[in-house]
Amino acid sequence: MKEKTFVDDIDESIYDFRYDEDENDMLDRGITPAIINEIADEKHDPDWMRAFRLHSLELYYKQKMPVWGPSIEGLDMDQIVTYIRPKARMRNDWGDVPDDIKNTFEKLGIPQAERESLAGVGAQYDSEIVYHNLKESVAKQGVIYTDLETAMQDEFYNKMIQEHFMKLVPPTDHKFAALHGAVWSGGSFVYVPKGVHVDIPLQSYFRLNAEGAGQFEHTLIIVEDDAYLHFIEGCSAPKYYAASLHAGCVELFVGKRATLRYSTIENWSKNMYNLNTKRALVDEGGKIEWVSGSFGSHVSYLYPTSVLNGEGARSEFTGITFSGAGQDLDTGAKVIHNAPSTSSYMNTRSISKGGGGNTFRSEVRVTPKAKGSKSSVSCASLMLDSESRSDTIPAMDIRTKDADIGHEAKIGRISDDAVFYLMSRGLSEEEAKALIVSGFADNVSKELPMEYAIEMNNLIRLEMTGSIG
Amino acid sequence: MSKVLLEVKDIFVNVEEKEILKGLSLSINEGETHVIMGPNGAGKSTLGHTLMANPKYNLRSGSIIFDGNDITKEPTDKRAKAGIMLTFQDPIPVPGITLGSFVRSAIEQRTGKRIRIWDFKKSMKSTLELLNMDESYTERDLNVGFSGGEKKKAEIFQLLMLSPKLAILDETDSGLDVDAVKTVGAGIRAFREQGGTLLIITHSTRLLDSLEVDKTHILADGRIVTTGDRSLVDEVNTNGFESFIS
Repeated sequence: MKEKTFVDDIDESIYDFRYDEDENDMLDRGITPAIINEIADEKHDPDWMRAFRLHSLELYYKQKMPVWGPSIEGLDMDQIVTYIRPKARMRNDWGDVPDDIKNTFEKLGIPQAERESLAGVGAQYDSEIVYHNLKESVAKQGVIYTDLETAMQDEFYNKMIQEHFMKLVPPTDHKFAALHGAVWSGGSFVYVPKGVHVDIPLQSYFRLNAEGAGQFEHTLIIVEDDAYLHFIEGCSAPKYYAASLHAGCVELFVGKRATLRYSTIENWSKNMYNLNTKRALVDEGGKIEWVSGSFGSHVSYLYPTSVLNGEGARSEFTGITFSGAGQDLDTGAKVIHNAPSTSSYMNTRSISKGGGGNTFRSEVRVTPKAKGSKSSVSCASLMLDSESRSDTIPAMDIRTKDADIGHEAKIGRISDDAVFYLMSRGLSEEEAKALIVSGFADNVSKELPMEYAIEMNNLIRLEMTGSIG
Repeated sequence: MSKVLLEVKDIFVNVEEKEILKGLSLSINEGETHVIMGPNGAGKSTLGHTLMANPKYNLRSGSIIFDGNDITKEPTDKRAKAGIMLTFQDPIPVPGITLGSFVRSAIEQRTGKRIRIWDFKKSMKSTLELLNMDESYTERDLNVGFSGGEKKKAEIFQLLMLSPKLAILDETDSGLDVDAVKTVGAGIRAFREQGGTLLIITHSTRLLDSLEVDKTHILADGRIVTTGDRSLVDEVNTNGFESFIS
């Protein structure tokens, strides 16, 4: 009965990239302060930011590569360096974009102009107008929605950014946080003033084609007391970049009684090392809601962290990770309960097939201050064949007796009986499995806005069957 | 009309290492209702699952002809599309899709055509009424949190909506209360009136009281040991299976 099963991937010939290296770039391997100064010049950085970048670079030199997660030995830092310089031609020829990615665009029905932009080739497309309109409409409520570079040109917001930038994720945190601090570029800045309820979700998607956005992008969101915001990052189309490292950073500040909902669907091309750091600081009675879908990438390290720093602060994390052949995705979430009566809830699903690997890593820390706190962690993994791997690594560090902590983990394989049942009604084996997997992912899809839920289900179907029904 | 719809020829079936069916043959004409009875462990469910090509059941020899085609090697979904449907003794919960949208997509899969939502809703409504089911059923996830009786009704609902040529009912009456047996019975009669062919696998006779039966087969030790008409059901009711087993 211990027969080995194997669910093949749609296309095995993934991403055999070649780069034509520029001679100038070849001369200078390694990130030097000169390069950082070039970046700072290019971006018209205020002095403090220039100093911050150079300081981060020092820290980058000093720190070691992480050794505790999936292997990142294949990450060629020299190659990354050639793309870090400003004006380095990050863009590719449409002809160089792998067929696999083009096919996915085709199947997801993305317009050509947008495809080119997503593949890092393209110029402007229509969503630029959507972004502009959105920006104008929220501006009436006093909401700032732009990129950090632009915001720093304004004295008031420059100060605000200086007070918050990389305070939650300091460059001392780890090597890639330091790298990020030195070379960050693009991303979003959102400021929601006291008591303002932003009705429409703001989406970074509309700004994807901004120069350099998406690889070392920095997202800084400040939601003041009693305010509400839903921010959506990313989209389901695979993002393709010449350099295979994504080291973004997300910092979220949630004020008293404020709520921030932060939804992400990431779908990196399968050569990508996704080493992303996301953190939220939540004040008294405030709430952070994470909804996270991780698709694609070769290796991911992703653990959005909530620091519950005021009495009654809350965190909810809903996540899904899907890994196929050649992928090792290490994802999860962390919560630090640092005030009384705080509560957290984590609910995650991971799916692996075709020999892919998933690790769910969670950490719940309850400090002595956090009396009367509650935490509940629930994770479920589904393996579609016996070649695939799924691990669960929960960590808990509880420093008060007065806390209510729960943890539940389920790991299982796809049920043959369920597949047979659905096939007996006329569904093909692939369709039956896709349906079961979509159902398994339902906890996340129902948390997403309608159009994103549909996109995510399409993505699952695509990963499962190679087509959208 | 006496066209043969299903012809099972001398099949031998194993489950893991154990031989369950040992040379079973069976022939069903279009529009007929056949009943398979037999003691527990005789291989009744194995027959149903084998006809539906459940991969857990290993057909070692013999053949299955359906509607003029040899389907012995066809997988489950192909057989379903050809017009065979097995209703399950214990239907599997599938979260994430509602009964209604599942049935709709299953119909579309089988026919290869899109159905108009209006037509679909209309036929769904009359079927629900027939089965005494509230419309809210179809908004619930497929078999998720359904009681035993609800699951069985949902299977008959799918049967009437999908309208296969041959329905194999596996122990549909088990675990049903008196009222539910009546409702399910009405559903099965409706299927028969549509011209559907039935193979009813059961070890009790409650469901058969209100149903016309063309042939009754007694399955024991992996073979059909006796075939008769409706009166065989009554005989089993009075005397049990003892007399049929050598």
